[in-house]
Amino acid sequence: MSATTAAWLVLAAPLAGTIVVGALFNRLPGRSAGWVGTSAIALSFIFALITLAKLQQQTPAHRELTSTLWTIAGTVGVDARATILVDPLSVLMICVVAGVSTLIHLYSVSYLQGDRGYSRFFAYLNFFVFSMLLLVLAGNFILLIVGWAFVGAASYMLISFWYRRTTATSAGIKAFVINVLGDIGLVLGTFFIFRHTHTFDLVASFRAAPHVFASGSGDVTAGCLLLLVGAFAKSAQIPLHTWLPDAMEGPTPVSALIHAATMVTAGVYLIARMHPLFQLAPAAGDVGAIVGALTLLIAGTIGLAATDLKRVIAYSTMSQIGYMIMGVSVGAYTAGLFHLMTHAFFKALLFMAAGSLISAMGGVQSLNRMSGLRRALPFTFAAFLIGGLALSGLPPFSGFFSKDSILLFVAGRGGWHWALYVAGYLGAFLTGLYTFRMIFRAFLGEPCPEAAELIDHGHLFHPAAPTNPANGELEDTDVGFPGPDHVIAERAIPMRVAMSLLAVLAIAGGIVSIPKTTSWLDNFLAPTFADSTIASHTTNNLLYLGLILGAAISLVSIATAYVLWVARPALAPAIAARLRPLTTLFEHKWYFDELIDALVVRPGAWFGRFAQNTFERVVVNGLLIGGSTGLVRAGSALVRGTQSGLLRVYAGLMLVGIAGVGLYFLLQS
Amino acid sequence: MTIGWYLAVSALIFAIGAGGVLVRRNPLVVLLCLELMLNAANLALIGFSRMWGNGDGQVFALIVMVVAACEVTVGLGLIVAMHRRRLPIDVDEMRELQG
Repeated sequence: MSATTAAWLVLAAPLAGTIVVGALFNRLPGRSAGWVGTSAIALSFIFALITLAKLQQQTPAHRELTSTLWTIAGTVGVDARATILVDPLSVLMICVVAGVSTLIHLYSVSYLQGDRGYSRFFAYLNFFVFSMLLLVLAGNFILLIVGWAFVGAASYMLISFWYRRTTATSAGIKAFVINVLGDIGLVLGTFFIFRHTHTFDLVASFRAAPHVFASGSGDVTAGCLLLLVGAFAKSAQIPLHTWLPDAMEGPTPVSALIHAATMVTAGVYLIARMHPLFQLAPAAGDVGAIVGALTLLIAGTIGLAATDLKRVIAYSTMSQIGYMIMGVSVGAYTAGLFHLMTHAFFKALLFMAAGSLISAMGGVQSLNRMSGLRRALPFTFAAFLIGGLALSGLPPFSGFFSKDSILLFVAGRGGWHWALYVAGYLGAFLTGLYTFRMIFRAFLGEPCPEAAELIDHGHLFHPAAPTNPANGELEDTDVGFPGPDHVIAERAIPMRVAMSLLAVLAIAGGIVSIPKTTSWLDNFLAPTFADSTIASHTTNNLLYLGLILGAAISLVSIATAYVLWVARPALAPAIAARLRPLTTLFEHKWYFDELIDALVVRPGAWFGRFAQNTFERVVVNGLLIGGSTGLVRAGSALVRGTQSGLLRVYAGLMLVGIAGVGLYFLLQS
Repeated sequence: MTIGWYLAVSALIFAIGAGGVLVRRNPLVVLLCLELMLNAANLALIGFSRMWGNGDGQVFALIVMVVAACEVTVGLGLIVAMHRRRLPIDVDEMRELQG
């Protein structure tokens, strides 16, 4: 089997899983749908590893393979083919995506077991993974756009999975609309590039780009900025981030999948994939870096004020993706992808632990209601702690190395990039603070009633009537609600297996690229980024400064969190009260929702109403519809007169008609 | 005897039948006149068949008879149904189907 064949099979396995689970959704007994879905993704992961092995057999200069299955549209000037591109970058992505997704599927097998939409869930989940794999393997812009749009559609289906909840359906619509905005950016950006390179093929475009674009020319900058719009929407960067916290309405494994493996990393991948273009448009790279830095700071501050457990983790994702976007925008491609990989491990772990925690609380997600769950959920606590430490960047956890390698590269660029460097470490401090605020508040302190029940009686708390945690409404308990069962990791082997494996990866994932020790990831990705022209002048001093700073900041932030929320719990509210305007700003998420509402939604709705009253009523209803119906009505009134209902008149007309036809032919001959 | 005479008789019968269909209002008579028209056609068919000396026209005539039998069955059935429901036995009164 060649590398490209294996790569096609990577795509085929989840697609087959989608079709099998989707077609047999009501025939699969018990948890078999989950096992079918999980094994499809596991198979995909195995093929991804085979692809990796086969690719490594090539010489480094030849690790860029393409394979075309068929031509979608091949006319003059258009070369849309079903092509995949197998190179170190895409292989790294498929390994991470398929690997983490396998574990998330495994977790979901138990976690979703009480849901009546069990098969539907796994069909969607497989489709989601298929879309993401299509996106990363795409060898031309057309397939990339298809995968990109599929990811958006799949996220819509999964965020609205519990469709009895109005909050979930509106969150799904919000995610979809913002993602479509990104799709438009991607399509228009593609068009700007296609106009000059005259090819949709990625490799050919990159080869042609330096010849057809002058560095920093208007068209390539516009194209890259539009690609960035796509990346920002998918990766939840300011100001297109508002869908991500709302996406927490979906089941927790979906959040894990969106945040760790399949969706928000797509923007980072896009920038890394398009790096030959971004290098021709330094201005676009600067925009990406600044937006990434702003996002990581703003998301960090909101995470500090959020009280919903899953939303805190969601804002931490936004913040971490900000690091990655900043990294790949300034040219730290390997470092950005390194952080993408480690983040996938620890973020999936954090979400899995959060899911177990929420189950133990009977569906409640508010941090205000949680406390002292450490003894009730020892395994979950350990997993959450490992994920949290990796997220805060404490050495030797994986997050420490990846975050510092991004910031080291940023520092090496010099000049105004130092501002990004400072923002990065400020963000690191915020990260530690909000992560451990969440951990301390949920796990330490006096056990809350739910935790006490679990400790004293070994009885998992179930609410008397299921309510929507977002707005407290009583739930419709038909299909499409979470189901009466709650599952915690302590009592489900598949969940424990998935979380244990991820915990190991979250601890040791940094091993692939430890400064001065190992450089496996750098060597592996080197062929893809060999043409990178962005140089970073890093010195040993900078490296040591970064490592010491990173370790110190994570320790200080954890200690601060301990003081604020454990040692002196009265301090945090006092500070919050002192800085009232600031906390209000953070609690209202910097008013981004309100801003978008005022700037986009309301004018849009007003224009819609205006158009309905004028154009729709006068032109469409009056002229177009009224005119054509009037014409048809007048015509039919004419003909209707002959339909008298008199049998003898009909017979006479028929006779005259036949006689007429007969006469005509007689006269003709 | 030439084919002309046969056709003349056939045309005459057809015209009588068609005239009957157009002027009579009793559905029973209309049906009878229809039969006349069909049989006029049959006569022409048989005449042509004899002229060419093969049996195709006769086969046609037989088929027309079968169809005519079916049509009369349906037609008579309709008339009986109309009578049972005390509807007027008059085709001009039956004009509900109109535009």
